[in-house]
Amino acid sequence: MTITASDPKLIGLYGSMALIRAFEEEAERQYKAARIGGYCHLSSGQEAATVGTVEALAEEDLLVTGYRCHGFALARGVPAEAVMAELYGRRDGCAHGRGGSMHLLDVSRGYYGGWGIVGGQLPIATGMALSLVRREAPQAVLCELGDGAVNMGAWHESLNLAAVWRLPVVFLVINNLYGMGTSVERASAEPDLFKRAGSYRMTGERVDGDDLEAVIEASSRLLEEARSERRPAVLEAVTYRYRGHSVADAGLAYRTREEIEEHRQVDPLERTRTLLRGHGVSAEEIEAADRDAAATVLRATEFAESNPAPDVDRLATGVYAPGSDAQFERMMPGSPFGERELVFGGGLGR
Amino acid sequence: MSATTTDPPVAAPAPAGTETMTYREALRLAMRQEMERDGRVFVMGEEVGLFDGSYKVTAGLLEDFGPDRVRDTPISEEGFLGAGVGAAMLGERPIVEVMTLNFVLVAMDQVINHAAKVGAMFGGEVRCPLVIRTPNGAGNQLTAQHSQSFDGWFAGTPGLKVVAPANPADAKGLLKAAIRDDDPVLVIENLPIYKEKGEVELDPELITPIGLAALAREGSDLTVVSHSFATVRALRVAEKLAAEHGVSLEVVDLRSLRPLDVETVAASVAKTNRAICVEEGWPTYGVTAELAARIQYACFDDLDAPVERVGMAEVPLPYAKELELAAMPTEGRIEAAILRQLELAP
Repeated sequence: MTITASDPKLIGLYGSMALIRAFEEEAERQYKAARIGGYCHLSSGQEAATVGTVEALAEEDLLVTGYRCHGFALARGVPAEAVMAELYGRRDGCAHGRGGSMHLLDVSRGYYGGWGIVGGQLPIATGMALSLVRREAPQAVLCELGDGAVNMGAWHESLNLAAVWRLPVVFLVINNLYGMGTSVERASAEPDLFKRAGSYRMTGERVDGDDLEAVIEASSRLLEEARSERRPAVLEAVTYRYRGHSVADAGLAYRTREEIEEHRQVDPLERTRTLLRGHGVSAEEIEAADRDAAATVLRATEFAESNPAPDVDRLATGVYAPGSDAQFERMMPGSPFGERELVFGGGLGR
Repeated sequence: MSATTTDPPVAAPAPAGTETMTYREALRLAMRQEMERDGRVFVMGEEVGLFDGSYKVTAGLLEDFGPDRVRDTPISEEGFLGAGVGAAMLGERPIVEVMTLNFVLVAMDQVINHAAKVGAMFGGEVRCPLVIRTPNGAGNQLTAQHSQSFDGWFAGTPGLKVVAPANPADAKGLLKAAIRDDDPVLVIENLPIYKEKGEVELDPELITPIGLAALAREGSDLTVVSHSFATVRALRVAEKLAAEHGVSLEVVDLRSLRPLDVETVAASVAKTNRAICVEEGWPTYGVTAELAARIQYACFDDLDAPVERVGMAEVPLPYAKELELAAMPTEGRIEAAILRQLELAP
């Protein structure tokens, strides 16, 4: 896909990047104010890699990600209200307050999570691609992972299965240079991560993850090959995360302030603004996109703050499929606290 | 590991009536019927196709359903079990065969952290109708890494359902129920029972409901609660003690471990006032530990004696036949526990 000056998509993509940046900044504020709990992994600095790859997805394609997923959910069009409400643990969060920051999803948009175990989503994405093949569906799966996931067994097993079965899946490695606090060089014997695809006779490519156009070009091409030729691939997008591993990590034990500042000088939002200006987009239009992003985040936060907590009496809803309660009816005698009061007392979906 | 027994292929099923078949054949019949009924059902695992199944459970299915629906996998349990999770999330009905329960351990992350979490963690927005079939069972000198029963680990995990049939009829009925279920179900099969024969209803619509125990034998003196091969052993002991001591044992075959049918167990114990729980796993923190806790709570006033447990000796299974036998919950050990509890032996 080539973006031209007349392409109205470009300002929209910038708007999506601006939304992610503003959302993450607000999430950090609210986490520090203890309105958001658990872990909270921010993706500030990774917006071009996120928005560019999601842009390359067709509407029917599927998306699976790891836990640094706020940006992917927003880029895929999950309403910011539903994402922020999930971070707040509210009833109308996209996972109804069951998942939190790491387990966002929106099945209606082909987004199947938001997974919290490093590498665990890879076999699942592989199985989804297998299912697409079985149904002869002309779709592909984009499976996001971090640079830390490439040393897990699940990475090897998934790439091997995808290649041996010729599955339509693109493994997107968001290489932000650190798996938590361990640099790629300290963790990976082959730090050119994309080269590992060669072990599976699979296409492997590296792209500047902060170059929106380059990301869209590479991911569009690899996804199209996956769809039309059932050729799986690895795409390594090199980028940088400005914040720590999670909000709780200052991010300075393993890297210097100077290094972070260096990367901020080549900020993907600024690079995209330069691109826009080059295409003749006015400063006013860019400022309007920034204002829209801020307003969307404000609305999302207001929504989350006023949204009710999930119903405690329905604690166990969703654990088992509707209709399962009859199977559990005979389990009641002698059941311990929790099971008796909360699970059997209506939570199983009665 | 490899199979040691081959059975003749199952004949084309008659529309109704019953047929005598092995446990292995009953499982195969269940898969065949469900694959004919529902195109979303497919089988994958190591050696399920060309090799006809490590234990020949899937024998002949490749020929009839082709390599897309009977899919051979590399030795890659985490990969293909996880692939089953993903396919199930898109609405397929995968049956993943794992060669033995011991090998599920290398895919444990996919079972516990993924399959079991899909429904709850995503707020009920997506489900995971996955079936994992796998046998366990000690007694063939398979030693420490191939003789373990982890039934309790899985049965203690919310989000999973676990069934463990003890005879061919339930093997067919529970596997069919598992395939039709909308949640991940672990079907624990058993190596020594694979060759056991029994009457099986051929009706493709008959299933064994999940969460319902069976009264495998009616009696009045003492209740034995068991599942899988322990039920086979308990029934043999019941016959022997009836003949030799005039003892009337009731045997409750759990069939499902999660959900667990405590009602049937409690009703039986209320009648006999005595309970011995038997399992092939290690009893500490095991299935029998759970049963004992629930029985004492539900039947406190009914019990004439403490609930007793018989399980595997708490050692990694050794190789030498004498040592292996000394560790196992054999019929002799079950019999001794019963006679002790009935004060018929020291």
